[in-house]
Amino acid sequence: MRMNLRKVLALVLCAALIFALGVGCSSSSSSDTADTTVSETADTAAETTEAEETAETTETVELSGTISTNGSTSMEKVIAALIESFTAENPGVTITYDATGSGTGITAVTEGSTDIGLSSRNLKDEETEAGLTATVIALDGIAIIVNTANTVTDLTIEQIAGLFTGEITNWSEVGGEDMPVAVIGREAGSGTRDGFESIVGVEDTCAYDQELTSTGAVVAAVASNEYAIGYASLSGIDESVVAVDVEGVSCTEETVLDGSYAIQRPFIMVTNDNAELSEAAQAFLAYCTSSEVVDIIANAGAVSIAQ
Amino acid sequence: MNRKYLTEHVMHVIFLVCGFVTIGCVLAISLYMIISGIPAIKEIGLINFLFGTKWASTAADPSYGILAFILSSICGTLGACVLGIPLGILMAVFLSKMAKNKVAGIVRPAVELLAGIPSVVYGLIGMIVLVPFIRKVFHLTNGTGLLAVIIVLTVMILPSIISLAETALSSVPPEYEEASLALGATKMETVFKVSIPAAKSGIAAGVVLGVGRAIGEAMAVMMVAGNVPNMPSLFNSVTLLTTAIAKEMSYASGLQRQALYSIGLVLFVFIMIINLVLNVALKRGNKK
Repeated sequence: MRMNLRKVLALVLCAALIFALGVGCSSSSSSDTADTTVSETADTAAETTEAEETAETTETVELSGTISTNGSTSMEKVIAALIESFTAENPGVTITYDATGSGTGITAVTEGSTDIGLSSRNLKDEETEAGLTATVIALDGIAIIVNTANTVTDLTIEQIAGLFTGEITNWSEVGGEDMPVAVIGREAGSGTRDGFESIVGVEDTCAYDQELTSTGAVVAAVASNEYAIGYASLSGIDESVVAVDVEGVSCTEETVLDGSYAIQRPFIMVTNDNAELSEAAQAFLAYCTSSEVVDIIANAGAVSIAQ
Repeated sequence: MNRKYLTEHVMHVIFLVCGFVTIGCVLAISLYMIISGIPAIKEIGLINFLFGTKWASTAADPSYGILAFILSSICGTLGACVLGIPLGILMAVFLSKMAKNKVAGIVRPAVELLAGIPSVVYGLIGMIVLVPFIRKVFHLTNGTGLLAVIIVLTVMILPSIISLAETALSSVPPEYEEASLALGATKMETVFKVSIPAAKSGIAAGVVLGVGRAIGEAMAVMMVAGNVPNMPSLFNSVTLLTTAIAKEMSYASGLQRQALYSIGLVLFVFIMIINLVLNVALKRGNKK
């Protein structure tokens, strides 16, 4: 009799578990990722604690409220890291980030549907005339990488465009050895691809041999193929590949900062002059351009302008 | 008496719940795929979507044609089957009929180990070893393409074919084979004309599993396919249905995102059709 009772108990517990499983499944399927409040980025933990210490000494007013940001997908890593550290200092503030693209972000801030627009291109004249102000928070350098066996060390923008669109099919045409060209790039929708193609002027015309889904994969593919040419964010490259000079300028943090390296773009926070920014949003904007965030931005793969 | 009845009743409910969890999952996934896949197909047009040859989801003037993905998926799966099925069946014959116990004792765990290797590892080895190898052997600028996909998929579907076929072959009643041998057939004739036909349903089950794995694999394929939306070609980068979704999902928005769901729906329908056809073929084969 006792055994039976025990069995029944075990079975009932089992049923409860299965039921819980079912509930868990059904609720997770309806999650919506369009509007994400970024709250976790593991690699900025160290900066966060540092930042917290300074916060205790300098901040006197407790900020609170919600800040909405909207725009560039390329800025996702940088903005996520900044939001993480800022909200750690100011627990009363909630910051949302919609990854929609630079154009949408600028439209949103013009219409007033978001507090801060994020753009990975400079504002056009008509946009500044409409009362938008741009604050550059970082620069993103895109390195052109080739295999270590490749003898080409310098390319012009025109040559790069030719190589990527398939007009130039042999390295000898740009001063290299007589060997074919394998073009390696990123997948459609990638911020690096968008940035590279718009700066070099080859939007939607690239003849890729491979489209890979991460900076690391591009670097690995270029490192293993002596014919390859690819592009990757400056922070993502290592010694397994060679970053060629563009128009005679090598790709380093210094050349990106002083503007002499051509394939770079700014990461911009756009605000509307006609709309009053909340205290919290102003503080966030000031925080993003302060020297505190240099390391945070560097860790997120961009070059900070505050030194 | 009463308590016994209660236990029976509770057990019945538990089994019912277990059954419903499975059915519920399948129904929920099917419904979700259909609901989220339909809008983009409506907007793009079914014909344009299925038979369009150009995929440029982020271009200023986007086009969403997935014919290249469908054909690449079919070619990749077919290629893997053409190589993998004979190889797997012969391997199973070897293991169950030919190999001495010592040899089988080494080969069998090796096959089982092959089944346990995660797909990302297959992809990694494909990317670092296979792709450069293909490039050098065929003097290409770039080694990615259907050939690399087919080779990786072949290795991936081997374990399921081998283990199921071997089990089926080993459970063929020895009397069948003994009778065949006694009638003067050679060992080869016995294997191909008696053992394999007798083990047909088990082998077919292995093939169904293998095909399912081949058409649904995304990770390993993505690492060796090159992922450019070209028409299928052995030595040129291709995108399969699975990799088209995996590749763009992380950044997609709007219609592009919906179109990816629609690709998922197409893939889902594909796998359903393959399962149905194979199951019907299996049942018919058994009746004869």
